[in-house]
Amino acid sequence: MFYIQQLINGLALGSIYALIALGYTMVYGVLRFINFAHSDILMVGAFAAFFLAPGIQGVFGPESIPGALLVFLFSALICALLGVLIEMLAYRPLRNRPKLTVLITAIGVSLFLEFTCQHKGVFGSNTRPFPTLIPAQELHFGELVVSSNDLVVLVVTLLLLAALRFIVQRTKIGTAMRAVSFNPQAAALMGININHVISFTFALGSALAAIAGIFYAMRSPGIEPLMGIQPGLRAFIAAVVGGIGNLPGAALGGIVLGVIEAIAGGLPGVSNYRDGIAFAILILILLFRPAGLLGKFQAEKV
Amino acid sequence: MDRGAKRWLLAAALAVAVVSLFAGQFNRYYLGVTIDIGINIIMAVSLNLINGHTGQFSLGHAGFMAVGGYTAAKLSLLFGAQIPPGAAPIFFAVILLAGGLVAALSGLAVGVPSLRLKGDYLAIVTLGFGEIIRVIFQTTESLGGATGLTGLERYTNLAWAFVLAALTVYVVSCLVNSTYGRGFIAVHDDEVAASAMGINPTKYKVVAFVIGAFFAGIAGGLYAHHKLVLKPDGFDFMRSIEFVVMVILGGMGKTAGVILAAVILTVLPEFLRGFADYRMIIYSLLIIILMMARPQGLFAGWKTGRKQAAPTS
Repeated sequence: MFYIQQLINGLALGSIYALIALGYTMVYGVLRFINFAHSDILMVGAFAAFFLAPGIQGVFGPESIPGALLVFLFSALICALLGVLIEMLAYRPLRNRPKLTVLITAIGVSLFLEFTCQHKGVFGSNTRPFPTLIPAQELHFGELVVSSNDLVVLVVTLLLLAALRFIVQRTKIGTAMRAVSFNPQAAALMGININHVISFTFALGSALAAIAGIFYAMRSPGIEPLMGIQPGLRAFIAAVVGGIGNLPGAALGGIVLGVIEAIAGGLPGVSNYRDGIAFAILILILLFRPAGLLGKFQAEKV
Repeated sequence: MDRGAKRWLLAAALAVAVVSLFAGQFNRYYLGVTIDIGINIIMAVSLNLINGHTGQFSLGHAGFMAVGGYTAAKLSLLFGAQIPPGAAPIFFAVILLAGGLVAALSGLAVGVPSLRLKGDYLAIVTLGFGEIIRVIFQTTESLGGATGLTGLERYTNLAWAFVLAALTVYVVSCLVNSTYGRGFIAVHDDEVAASAMGINPTKYKVVAFVIGAFFAGIAGGLYAHHKLVLKPDGFDFMRSIEFVVMVILGGMGKTAGVILAAVILTVLPEFLRGFADYRMIIYSLLIIILMMARPQGLFAGWKTGRKQAAPTS
């Protein structure tokens, strides 16, 4: 029973990781670098919801479903804009530079967002309680206790995954994304506007991060400018575990990581090492499958 | 080829002499910052052996610093009281060495399994090891847990920090300029070609990793007996990033540049202390701007040492 209970908690946590991991993996797919600032975008998403919620709830009434939807929508829009802006200002000028240069720039952007948001004129470094967006109930199934929020997280994640799959596999822009990921030069020769595709990828990934950030904030005691770092690192690991650049892999990696972490966190003796467990899993998986669970190993051409 | 390294040793000895001459006039704050510079030079130069010369991307250097620091600190807490004051320098040298060796061992333990990974994957695995090391220290009660180790003796002084920094620079530049050391550069330039020439890339990577970890461990021991408090939080992912930024700003594989970058990046936050609220914002903006303006390192135009190979992505 204990394991089933933890499994449910883990699934909810894992779906949040999965949503964040998708952003990492999509950006890696088109640009081949790790966007360290992604974890701060999810923090901005949570803060956007924090500031929007009172206004929107004033119109639609507290804890109303349409109000919550609007909060999610606007936060996602704000983050999408932020993501596109970061790409245009910081990453685009470095498009043809070595990967390492871009990686360090990404770390710089991440630090910039964190420190700027910690400034007392912006958000300040205090932890603030996050408003209730959706009425939360505890559902009892025999001995199992399931929070309705966890179910909402699970359902929304599944819907978003389905939508994302549809966008990537069925629409024109999704096809363009896959083409750019496969071979940017050839894609450009085929008349694809690479800049548009990359901007779209950042917008999509950042919007998902905003939603994940709000879900994460709903589960945690409060929000503060460094709240994105831990889930961001986990999600990044999830993306690598699943095979970076691979969308189903990121989702799978996130859920696997969330479940293992929840189960390990509940075991006495192991729970203190919770923060290390995610990394231990990552290392084990990479040692046996260097390209991740669903990644394809590419032989090097000489 | 030995000339380069000897020149370094000479320059470093001169620097130590000049700095020590003024040590008496320093107030505690400046002295503290100067020792920080020495420690950061050791960290940056040893990381440069891994990230710069050998071309691997390690994001867990602070983890090795923590291993060395904790080893030295624990030894000094256990045995420090029984040591007569006259033997203190010898005792300090021994515990520093012990810290370095334990860190080197952990470098071997990390390096052997993970160095067959490449690029981003290696970066994330080293990051993971750094975090695991931190979590282990955080949860081990005999090592102070989350509050860390306190009550350490102030063994580290200017001379220790700079003599060891000079030694690190000397050993690393000797190594890279030796016949054996050509192997590191060959692995950096082209792994496949290197192995076709009979160089075992994995062996060279592990050697670079172990030596880098050794010096990081020594720097950790110096750090512990300089700050007198050792907390697991001080060795997180951000710390590793600081050292990586030093190496990149200095120019990968350029010892002189890396030393200068270590000095600048240690002093810069102190200079910005006047703008306390804005200093970290400025620091992060500087990283972004420097990466755009001078991606090959701050001192890329300066010809020092061997000619650089074209950057490989």
